[in-house]
Amino acid sequence: MSLKVKSLKVKSHKSETIHDEKNKIMKKDTSKINSLENEAIYIIREVAAQFEKPVLLFSGGKDSITLVRLAVKAFYPAKVPFPLMHIDTGHNFPETIEFRDRLVKELGLELIVRNVQDSIDAGKVKEESGRYASRNQLQTTTLLDAIEEFKFDACIGGARRDEEKARAKERIFSVRDDFGQWDEKNQRPELFDMLNGQINLGQNVRVFPISNWTELDVWSYIEQENIEIPSIYFAHKRKVFLRDGMIWSAEDEVVYRDDNEEVIEEMVRFRTVGDMSCTAAVLSEASTISKVVEEIRDSTISERGARIDDKRSEAAMEKRKQQGYF
Amino acid sequence: MEVLKIATAGSVDDGKSTLIGRILYDTKSLTTDKLEAIEKTSKQKGYDYLDFSLATDGLVAEREQGITIDVAHIYFSTRKKSYIIADTPGHVEYTRNMVTGASTSQASIILIDARKGVIEQTNRHFFINNLLRIKDVVVTINKMDLVDYSEDVYNKIKADFSELMSKRDYQDQKITFIPVSALKGDNVVNRSENMPWYKGESLLEHLEGLDKKDIYNVGTPRFPVQYVIRPKTEDFHDFRGYAGKVYGGELSVGDNILVLPSKTRSKIKDIYFYDEKYQTASRRSSVTITLENDINVSRGDMIVKEGDLPTIDKQFTANICWMDSTPLEAGSKYMLQHGVNKVLARVEKINHKINPDYSGIEKNVQGLGVNDIASVTFKFNKPLFFDQFKNHRTNGSFILIDTQNNHTVGAGFIQ
Repeated sequence: MSLKVKSLKVKSHKSETIHDEKNKIMKKDTSKINSLENEAIYIIREVAAQFEKPVLLFSGGKDSITLVRLAVKAFYPAKVPFPLMHIDTGHNFPETIEFRDRLVKELGLELIVRNVQDSIDAGKVKEESGRYASRNQLQTTTLLDAIEEFKFDACIGGARRDEEKARAKERIFSVRDDFGQWDEKNQRPELFDMLNGQINLGQNVRVFPISNWTELDVWSYIEQENIEIPSIYFAHKRKVFLRDGMIWSAEDEVVYRDDNEEVIEEMVRFRTVGDMSCTAAVLSEASTISKVVEEIRDSTISERGARIDDKRSEAAMEKRKQQGYF
Repeated sequence: MEVLKIATAGSVDDGKSTLIGRILYDTKSLTTDKLEAIEKTSKQKGYDYLDFSLATDGLVAEREQGITIDVAHIYFSTRKKSYIIADTPGHVEYTRNMVTGASTSQASIILIDARKGVIEQTNRHFFINNLLRIKDVVVTINKMDLVDYSEDVYNKIKADFSELMSKRDYQDQKITFIPVSALKGDNVVNRSENMPWYKGESLLEHLEGLDKKDIYNVGTPRFPVQYVIRPKTEDFHDFRGYAGKVYGGELSVGDNILVLPSKTRSKIKDIYFYDEKYQTASRRSSVTITLENDINVSRGDMIVKEGDLPTIDKQFTANICWMDSTPLEAGSKYMLQHGVNKVLARVEKINHKINPDYSGIEKNVQGLGVNDIASVTFKFNKPLFFDQFKNHRTNGSFILIDTQNNHTVGAGFIQ
């Protein structure tokens, strides 16, 4: 497996004047900074200012890694003023967990982990069984319990409106009721740059700073900032099997496989990284970030085309969101 | 990459979703799996063409009713620009959604059904574009295929619309007319061969050509302080940075500034974006500013250039769009959010209601219902630093928040 190791602190996009302190300061203005980045930083700062106990929901996927980068930039030279929280399904790719632990250590961030397994053991949720069994839906209960436990009033997440059509209507500050539920017909209008973070006791807000980013925007940003991401995002040889026209990992026990489903070896990468049980791979030769960006640019398959959890029904995402899913 | 956000307005069945679907299709932004889903559903419904509206109508209720009921955001990009389309519904009850979608947009598309021409709804759509001072408006005359691509029909609609234009109070607005067929693809992305009499650009060509100066008004710089950054680490022991977004103009190192409300004078020492220093903070950038003097600045304060003061007052009159089912009445109190500042505001007087179809004003109004637009005078418990909306889109706007349920119940444009 090709592991791309880059320091998390390394920056790129240096102009030629970078080593010349005087020139650097005299010449530069901020007009070249990506407007999506400016917007996301503004939103993250609003969260820190308007809420008492915010948390950044971290999955180890590229979108939440991007969020961490934006949070670091938003508060520099101070530390990020809120912790990260990972709802661990227990079925995460091992690369993701290893990466997560290294990231928080290098950046000196606080990490909270809550496990779906504990919710199962406590009898709060029941493990699914069968071919399409996944712990993806079970995360919701663990997440809501953790919000309750820590009394978080704002949860920053990496959801994007271009991912899925129900998410296209999501607000940047999205209010959830006491039961963590989303009422899509009773959303607050969001005007201008003004974010209304006023909530009643028991309510919390889900915040989506990269709402307006597309998949390509995220990848381009990762390339521009030279951000390290888990190795499974890059092409690697993997034992896989085919089902329903999708490529599944055969290397991990949690992915259910019938005996008659033949295992083959292919060059693949993961385009979206969720729970192993609901994340399919794509055939790819893209072994570097610039090749991944090119591949996404030319792709004719949408990102969530590789997420089995969305294919359950046309309204799958909307239903999960109403129940409090992230 | 440049990002352009576009609001859309059209009445039910004007083909707005189809137009957006067409743009996505012709710019090859629809992915194979989305396209397959559209083909499958179109076939199931027995259509003999592809129903592109399925690409944009997101919520289950909408798919069932076949209409768009909330603001949806659609993304696509060309080699030149990234586009965000705020798909705002055109149904008569949904003024609030249109205002919302338009408030963050720099350009706007108004759809007209070529068979119906300028209707009452069109007046409303244009009124809102005007109220929000959208600088570039494209009037898209759709369904030209159903009127035999007639130049006469196009000219008639153009003339009717021009009559509306004479009523607007925002004359700097640039208005472009384009005859299209969203269903057939004429003049949407590619120029049409069916209308040789039309010599102008296609819709996408027009949008691609829009420059920053075409969509932004130049104003004076305003820097509302969002967050105070105090690292208290060894390396940055005395660092005191003011984080915020620059609106309206630019700020540079060395500028003489005033901090409001105290009007304390100082100078900009450094401008940071992350760990790099810059000479100038351009408009709409999220920077951190340090000042020469050690003065007390907190969230809600505003840094402005000396000699460029906004109005500082405990009252103003504004045009507001009311968005809640509970009426606004004289004497009611709301939380008024102006940028990052919040004050308690009381409605002093509802001056008059403004009919959103250019048919005049109504005096002696008791209360405002959802979707009403009116001139209202407010008083606050502490001063705000504001500009007129016509001079400053950001510092001239605000929202109203219900103090009981915390909903955003109105949007305002300071007069």
